[in-house]
Amino acid sequence: MRDAQPDALPAAGPDTVLEAGSAARPGIGPAAGSAAAAGHALAPVRPQGAEAAPHAAPDRAAPRGSGSAAAPARQRVGWEALSFRLVMGGLAGLALVLLTGPTLVVLIVSFTSGLSLRFPPPGLSLRWYAALADASGLQFAAWNSLKVAGAATALSLVLGVAAALGIARSRSASARWLDGLFMAPLILPALAFGLAALMLFTQLGLPVSPLTLTLGHTVVCVPFVVRNTLASLQQLDPSLLEGSASLGASRAYTFRRVVLPLVRPGIMAGAFICFMASFDNIPVSLFLRDAATDMLPIRMWQDLEGKLDVTIAALSGVLIAATVAAMLLMERLTGLSRRLT
Amino acid sequence: MAQADAAGFDPRLAWPLAAFLAVLFVLPLLLLAGLSLQTPAGVGLGQYGKFLGDAFSLQVLGSTMRLGAEVTLACLVLGFPLAWLHAQSGPRVRGLLMLLVLLPLLTSVVVRTFAWIVVLGRQGIVNSALQGMGLTETPLRLLYTEGGVVAALAQVQMPLMVLPLIAALGRIGPDLQDAAGMLGAGAWRAFRTVVLPLALPGVIAGCLLTFTAAVTAFITQSLVGGGQMLFMPAYVLQQALALGDMPFASAISMIFLVAVLAVVAALTALGRRVRGYA
Repeated sequence: MRDAQPDALPAAGPDTVLEAGSAARPGIGPAAGSAAAAGHALAPVRPQGAEAAPHAAPDRAAPRGSGSAAAPARQRVGWEALSFRLVMGGLAGLALVLLTGPTLVVLIVSFTSGLSLRFPPPGLSLRWYAALADASGLQFAAWNSLKVAGAATALSLVLGVAAALGIARSRSASARWLDGLFMAPLILPALAFGLAALMLFTQLGLPVSPLTLTLGHTVVCVPFVVRNTLASLQQLDPSLLEGSASLGASRAYTFRRVVLPLVRPGIMAGAFICFMASFDNIPVSLFLRDAATDMLPIRMWQDLEGKLDVTIAALSGVLIAATVAAMLLMERLTGLSRRLT
Repeated sequence: MAQADAAGFDPRLAWPLAAFLAVLFVLPLLLLAGLSLQTPAGVGLGQYGKFLGDAFSLQVLGSTMRLGAEVTLACLVLGFPLAWLHAQSGPRVRGLLMLLVLLPLLTSVVVRTFAWIVVLGRQGIVNSALQGMGLTETPLRLLYTEGGVVAALAQVQMPLMVLPLIAALGRIGPDLQDAAGMLGAGAWRAFRTVVLPLALPGVIAGCLLTFTAAVTAFITQSLVGGGQMLFMPAYVLQQALALGDMPFASAISMIFLVAVLAVVAALTALGRRVRGYA
């Protein structure tokens, strides 16, 4: 999404981007890395299981004013606690409805037997899912999007994992600066980068193609790989590597047998988010694609601009199901949700 | 290359990505900056003058920034209680809440935006409900209004707010709140004086992400907002692709970029002060 504008990047300073990227970016990994880098006293290395540890729930409900508080004070506290809980719980409930409601509505509408997006649907059928089989334009775009996302993820993995290894243990100014550079594509408006990338490729005489799309997507998606890999490298206990070295293992052997197995879940989580971000990218694709390299989100957007098509609802149903399946798989393999907070 | 400790890797490993981004990220932006300085009369700031002297352009910039602020505020007001609920819950409920927050984050933005079209449309669920309750005779126009765009964007960007907040609240732990309660602070006071200050770094991180994502969320802005409301991303696109005025499109992009960076810098500076205080 976002690009570094030449004046502003140095002006805002590398650490602006660094902090924004790390302290902030939830998509990229444990806030641990960030909080630690920022000098938060707690948890420079946040153990993976930390979440569950300190707050066992039961004592939550324990009366607050117990002990020596006088009765009226207790009453006041009780009323306050109740109003607090009501307000916070109500807002949280509203947030949950807002988060999940629209998706559920789309799922239900996608099974409509009617011709419009009316809710509730007049009857249920699978006709729009069947219609997907004939939607060649959507299928073509989906295939293109998958190919570009796969290529961009592969390239991001090669470049991003190496880069994360290079700066992981360094406290030098250049490493901080590089970290800022690597995160910058996340912060700056991606649409401006898309336009800029189109200019570059035009100057170079490269026509828009799957190649230009892959390069553009890699720029905006590689930060996810860097961030997640860095986070797991920072949690790696250095004594393991020293131990391996003192036992006579070469650096390459240590890397293969000690480092890689320990950071693999982080790399996989990063690759997963990178893939999803590329598959869903619009601002960059908008400038770097043409009719021959149609991308799914753009095809869907253009279909929606023209007519509110129920086929898109069925396609949305397929995408939601695929996302849920992929997410549950990644949760099992990498503990995805722990990495995102 | 010197390697200080056994755990260090060769710093040169970072060079390929640095080179890649220098050529494909920094260079294009330099080109963009260069092109924005092209005017019919030669090199100069004419394109910027055109933007800054044009009431319509300034209004587009202003409404984009206002939209970002409104969405950020909506996400904070709803997202903070959600993160609080997560911190209060047992492990099972936490897992479920996490799933409900993450799923929208990973679902295609077009799908999520489309959902809002279904919800807010003339035959959508809101209008069906209102008509069913006899509150309105004719369907209300909910789509293509600023309120609709804010609601849709708030939903699309909410996970970006909630995740840093969950991380921040998770680090506080319930003991401090209990201590505050023990010392006689009511729930609201404990929240205001203990939880909120400690969570501020997370709040700022969440605001930063939500704001930068909301102002650039081109698809949601254009699909839910319709043709009536123009925001900066669509403005760039219109000038670049529809009108072919690349220098002006570049200048708009640069102004947009600087505006976003100014907000990022302000929030980051605020975050640094807050962290010193917490």
